[in-house]
Amino acid sequence: MARLADDYAEGDVHTPVMQIIASTIPVTIELLPRTASAVTSRMPKPKQRSTQFQDALFRWFTRSFAFLVLAILLGIIVSLIYGSLPAMQKFGFGFLVNAEWNPVTEKFGALVPIVGTLVTSFIALLIGVPVSFGIALFLTEMSPLWLKRPLGTAIELLAAIPSIIYGMWGLFVLAPLFADYLQPWLIATLGAVPLLGAMFKGPPQGIGVLTAGFVLAIMVIPFIASVMRDVFEIVPPVLKESAYGIGCTTWEVVRNVVLPYTKVGVIGGIMLGLGRALGETMAVTFLIGNAHRLTASILAPGNSIASALANEFTEAVGDLYTSALIELGLILFVITFIVLGLAKLLLLQLARGEGRKT
Amino acid sequence: MRDTRPKIHMLAAVVAAGLLAAVSAQAMDITGAGATFPYPIYAKWAEAYRAKTGVGLNYQSIGSGGGIKQIQNKTVDFGASDMPMKPEELDKDGLLQFPTVIGGDVPVMNLEGVGAGQLKLTGPMLADIYLGKITKWNDAAIAKLNPTLKMPDSEITVVHRSDGSGTTFIWVNYLSKVSPEWKKKVGEGTSVAWPAGVGGKGNEGVASYVQRVKGSIGYVEYAYALQNKMNYAQMQNRDGVFVSPSADSFKAAAAGADWSKAPGYYLVLTDQPGKNSWPISGATFILMYKSQAKPETAKEVLKFFDWAYSPEGDKLAGALDYVPLPDTVTNQIRTTWKSLIKDASGKPVF
Repeated sequence: MARLADDYAEGDVHTPVMQIIASTIPVTIELLPRTASAVTSRMPKPKQRSTQFQDALFRWFTRSFAFLVLAILLGIIVSLIYGSLPAMQKFGFGFLVNAEWNPVTEKFGALVPIVGTLVTSFIALLIGVPVSFGIALFLTEMSPLWLKRPLGTAIELLAAIPSIIYGMWGLFVLAPLFADYLQPWLIATLGAVPLLGAMFKGPPQGIGVLTAGFVLAIMVIPFIASVMRDVFEIVPPVLKESAYGIGCTTWEVVRNVVLPYTKVGVIGGIMLGLGRALGETMAVTFLIGNAHRLTASILAPGNSIASALANEFTEAVGDLYTSALIELGLILFVITFIVLGLAKLLLLQLARGEGRKT
Repeated sequence: MRDTRPKIHMLAAVVAAGLLAAVSAQAMDITGAGATFPYPIYAKWAEAYRAKTGVGLNYQSIGSGGGIKQIQNKTVDFGASDMPMKPEELDKDGLLQFPTVIGGDVPVMNLEGVGAGQLKLTGPMLADIYLGKITKWNDAAIAKLNPTLKMPDSEITVVHRSDGSGTTFIWVNYLSKVSPEWKKKVGEGTSVAWPAGVGGKGNEGVASYVQRVKGSIGYVEYAYALQNKMNYAQMQNRDGVFVSPSADSFKAAAAGADWSKAPGYYLVLTDQPGKNSWPISGATFILMYKSQAKPETAKEVLKFFDWAYSPEGDKLAGALDYVPLPDTVTNQIRTTWKSLIKDASGKPVF
């Protein structure tokens, strides 16, 4: 039992990356250890009065910081809504479903960037989640001890690379490879399949929705993988060893012990990756092709919300154009909000299911 | 403690001196904001001018749209834009506009087996390519114009700018002039709804797409194409002659243009007459208020550009592959300054 308790304690000591991650997204906040009490107990104890004063000051400081976040969030929402009012009045809800984006005639619709944002993020998760799962699994369950640390550090390093580097690498290295090898092959094989084929049509240019999604996948892998690794590590060895003891294979242990135990953290990690994919700007701008056209093909160029903003905001002439761009920003905000909300709901659902089972 | 005190005094003195210097320098500085295309030459001019006169220029290349907004908010002494404002827009704000240097666009492509300057294109052909109507390099029209070249049977990938830009404005202004269909379907502006192709961010974005995508065609700033030794095409000008982009052909376009008949210097140098003129040329512009609340600063601004038009300034521009304005045009601009830019009492500033 003592060992079990120790393991739990160990599980609570999170890596710095985890803390940074947790602070960026509310979903993972549950994973943060509550260290406040530990900090106060470690503080030296001078005169009673000064301690009280310090405590009050400290409380006041932390509270004001916490409220500052709320104030900033509110300020951003209000100014986004205010800035997008002209576009809202002009286009109404049609803005969301209109695929036209014409600065000359000042007719704007957000469908193409919305679809581009969602599709690239979906591709990123489709590739990123299984790979991250594999990485985390190997690191926690199968990797020899000497390999664990270098591999883990390498993954965290991937997370530290600025996104523009990914964009440049994607454009200079990945896109030509895609154009010469992967895309012709996709067009020749999957392109011939009825229905599905429409997704793989067009000349192999190397740049487009698929390439952008692929690079996004590489960018979200370190985030998802390191969260998954951290939560896999907090699974009490007693549970796993018991499962191994009754003759389970590694996969069975993972499927029936590790995953159920860590599903909240795993989903949190995936949502964290999704959050990054939705808002990623530079890398996507380099690779998506920046064309306001709606096509079924994922080989064709498209556009994402963040990329459209980065491209067009500086030279947007006219109030309506600027306003339409701000409304795009608002939409991205809402999409992110919905995604986080859904994640939260999912977690609540899971927690409730857990209560029923035991 | 005693030892550190003199150091602190010294530090305070240094800081104070620094502040004073900053304040006095501020008094002599002129500020401008706007177009990114002329930023390198404005910076070069500013450096040389400061060494010569002590007057510095603080220019922020925030983009043409931003430049127009900044001058309208009167946060800068002059605005800069690659897209000239229409005379009525200028009058509404009480603004004056004049060109500084000439630049233009060059069609660049990635075409195996075709050397730089070998391919010949006409304006309407270019419009059809950008409209997505000509989709193959061995299209009958292109092949007919280039009988000596072996055109590959590959798809044309159109590359355009994804960000709003004066370069785009010159390009689509030209396409609008030579193709009624383009004018009707797409029109002109610093960014348009492109019927075909992929978008790259900035000249470098378009250039890297063109260099990487086989069978692609794009357009970049002349200086950019030159410095990166890109594969360009010859264009047929208004007089029916095929010309290559060069300092001379840009100059010819500016010389062929009749600035005296363009109110507010609202003139885009595309499709200008002249045997040697490059058809996709343009100038970049400065915006100033006609009625100046701060005549001393305005005078410094005009003196700066007066110097920039001098042979000394022209030489610097040439070194950076910008094309200076012909003297006839700059003299005319100086006359405009004298007659239109005035202080509050109505006295000419320049």
